[in-house]
Amino acid sequence: MSAAEEVVAEGHQAVEAVPKRAMTLGTGTSLVVLAALIIMPVFVKNFIIFQMTMLLIYGLAVLALNILTGGSGQFSLGQSAFYAVGAYTTAVLMEHFNVNYALTLPIAGVVCFGFGFLFGQPALRLSGVYLALATFALATAMPQLLKLNFLEHWTGGVQGLVVTKPDAPFGLPMSQDMWLYYFSLAVVLAIYIFSVNLLRSRSGRAFMAIRDNEIAASAMGVDVALYKTLAFGVSAAITGIAGSLGAIAVQFVAPDSYTITLAISLFLGMVVGGVGWLPGSIVGAAFIIFVPNMAEGISKGLSGAVFGVLLFLVIYLVPHGARQIAILGQQLVGRLRKN
Amino acid sequence: MELFTNQVLAGIATGAIYACMALAVVMIYQAIDHLNFAQGEMAMFSTFISWQLMQWGIPYWGAFIIALALSFVGGIAIERILFKPLAKAPVLTNVAGFIALYAIINSSAGLIWDFTIKQYPTPFGSSPFLGSQLISTHQAGMIGVTVLLLIGLYFFFQYTKIGLAMRAAASVPESARLVGINTSWMIALGWGMASAIGAIAGMLIAPVVFLEPNMMGGVLIYGFAAAVLGGLTSPFGAVVGGFLVGVFENLAGTYIPGVGNELKLPIALALIISVLVVKPAGLFGRQIVKRV
Repeated sequence: MSAAEEVVAEGHQAVEAVPKRAMTLGTGTSLVVLAALIIMPVFVKNFIIFQMTMLLIYGLAVLALNILTGGSGQFSLGQSAFYAVGAYTTAVLMEHFNVNYALTLPIAGVVCFGFGFLFGQPALRLSGVYLALATFALATAMPQLLKLNFLEHWTGGVQGLVVTKPDAPFGLPMSQDMWLYYFSLAVVLAIYIFSVNLLRSRSGRAFMAIRDNEIAASAMGVDVALYKTLAFGVSAAITGIAGSLGAIAVQFVAPDSYTITLAISLFLGMVVGGVGWLPGSIVGAAFIIFVPNMAEGISKGLSGAVFGVLLFLVIYLVPHGARQIAILGQQLVGRLRKN
Repeated sequence: MELFTNQVLAGIATGAIYACMALAVVMIYQAIDHLNFAQGEMAMFSTFISWQLMQWGIPYWGAFIIALALSFVGGIAIERILFKPLAKAPVLTNVAGFIALYAIINSSAGLIWDFTIKQYPTPFGSSPFLGSQLISTHQAGMIGVTVLLLIGLYFFFQYTKIGLAMRAAASVPESARLVGINTSWMIALGWGMASAIGAIAGMLIAPVVFLEPNMMGGVLIYGFAAAVLGGLTSPFGAVVGGFLVGVFENLAGTYIPGVGNELKLPIALALIISVLVVKPAGLFGRQIVKRV
């Protein structure tokens, strides 16, 4: 607009800094949550077990985004693309090559890691709002790419692919849904422990240094380009595994299940759960699964509006999402103990 | 050859809409440094308002003017109520806010006017323009309105006091405040104008894509592509970008085998990414220098 010389001082920070220790739960609380997750399916119906499985899967995808954004300070509105690649890898391997479902997960992870790492290369030159835009573009393009004619033999085109649901192994007396729930729980738990340790490691510290101040980080000898693309790769790999689990749980993949709406949901899940707080991922996932349903219950067609209003409430009242509520709760408990 | 001219002209006509959307996006980006992901929905809502007014028997141009005024006021209200408190928040929070706004507007439009597709009138008619088969009067009208809008904005920013104040507030807010410009209200004004410009784009394209709550989805993405191509800091660039994207999209759909309608959108997006990688500031944008 003007020819005036432009010197912008340190711009808006992309993400607020979260101290490393504040990113996880204490051991005691974690064990209680884990025990609850293990016992729960015994008491509820199959449909609720299915929903709990989806909760875990979305939680995993939100966790992946949390590592990328909360950890290394990069945006992504394109997680649905990685989720789709993971889901399709599993579906194609299972249906065309008869690969065991459990084996497809690591393969999907590796494929998505490569995809994310490569996408991270051009993303290196972008930051903040531009990165949001580029990833947004990726997410919008993905369903169209999956519908391409010459891929149709493998992807099934618009119709998509049907995936068979695995039975419980070793003759265990449980329903398919329950087995899948425990299987997902094991995978999610393993990845959660991996992520917590990743963020505590040298690489994790490098991510956070880049998030807080890129220039200072590079002055301290952090290879900014490597760690930024690495963060994209790891995040994509975890999202891809979530996508694989999702494909198995839903028993179906189609291009239109992986639109920009999914990417936006995951993004909202992260904001609601608290950016950079890993346990918040599951809270965020619960928000994106259950709130639209409840809103639909209040009034059909109103779900978007209720969703939006709730989101504004979160932004204004608890800008740090579930993390803030958890900290408040902790302080309250601490005060009660003193009395 | 006739196919080529035809496609270029059609491209320029749709490009006019992308140019309007891009202009609206750039206006808000200039004011607050954020991309408004809800821009398309705001435009859609304005278009619905004008449609409703016409249903109540108000003639086209009357409805047009009233819808513009309401959009202007609405844009200011959204800024004052929802986004002013977020001015100092991280980018992430703002993006979430825009998405929330998107969901609210989209769903309330669906609730008020439901999701069925509606016809929208054009004031220009749809007969061939000047007896030529290449372009319809509506398309010519779209191009004309966009060009007029651009000229009007140019004069507003170059030759009026308030235009100068808005430019100052956008480029160096601190100094602008020191010379007595109310930068906070300049931002609100930017929102109002962007909302009105979006409304014009919506009302012009509604006869082509038909009126429904999701009508602006694709258009907004092309608008983003245009804004990025021309440079997010340059309103002029945004308009040029809009026309370029429109022509490019049509030519790619016609001449590159296997592209067709399905792949037009990914091509626009590939365009965004390649522009960002090769020339991050866009064709006409300023390089932003960061102080360490």
